[in-house]
Amino acid sequence: MIGFVDMKTTEKLGWRQQNRANRNRLAFWTFLWLVTLAVVYFGHRYIWQEQPVVTGLMIVVNVVIGFVMIWANKVMLNGLDELEQKIHLTAMGLSLGTGLVLGFAYSALSDTGLIDFEAQITHLAVVMSLTYLAGTFIGMKKYQ
Amino acid sequence: MKNRLKVLRAERDWTQADLAERLEVSRQTINAIEKGKFDPSLPLAFKASRLFNLSIEEIFQDDA
Repeated sequence: MIGFVDMKTTEKLGWRQQNRANRNRLAFWTFLWLVTLAVVYFGHRYIWQEQPVVTGLMIVVNVVIGFVMIWANKVMLNGLDELEQKIHLTAMGLSLGTGLVLGFAYSALSDTGLIDFEAQITHLAVVMSLTYLAGTFIGMKKYQ
Repeated sequence: MKNRLKVLRAERDWTQADLAERLEVSRQTINAIEKGKFDPSLPLAFKASRLFNLSIEEIFQDDA
């Protein structure tokens, strides 16, 4: 299992293998976080018949796994070399800023009725993910 | 900032990947430093200095 346990074993690995292990760990916890989020939605409706206690517990599990995912991301970033860190942190800054500006604008459009559908958090997540990917790509091209 | 990494590397018949492995950075980082697109941190400059057994000033020179 990719988790806390293999942190000690990766200390003995080379720089490249350790980075691969860090990326795999992040992918594992991100996947688990997405699965628990999906379980909250689908389980609430189809499995435990909308019992609020079970839904609440599953949300707690999802949030805990989300924080482990954040920790795995931090470990992954710390393992990168300085140029890779610069590229990723710049892309994250771009993504955060774009998310904030477009998120509030989108919310304002929705609240004022200028768009006839309700603003969804998933739309913001898609924008932030795409901005992060674009930022990483631009950074990689810049230093090629 | 200018540097002699490419020359020092060539003297030892190392590829960018070889030097990257020895300095524990990516090949892209070595390429960016050699082309002057990215200035290394002081710890990385010290690491290169130890690797080539030269002072930092003998590897990296200020543009000014």
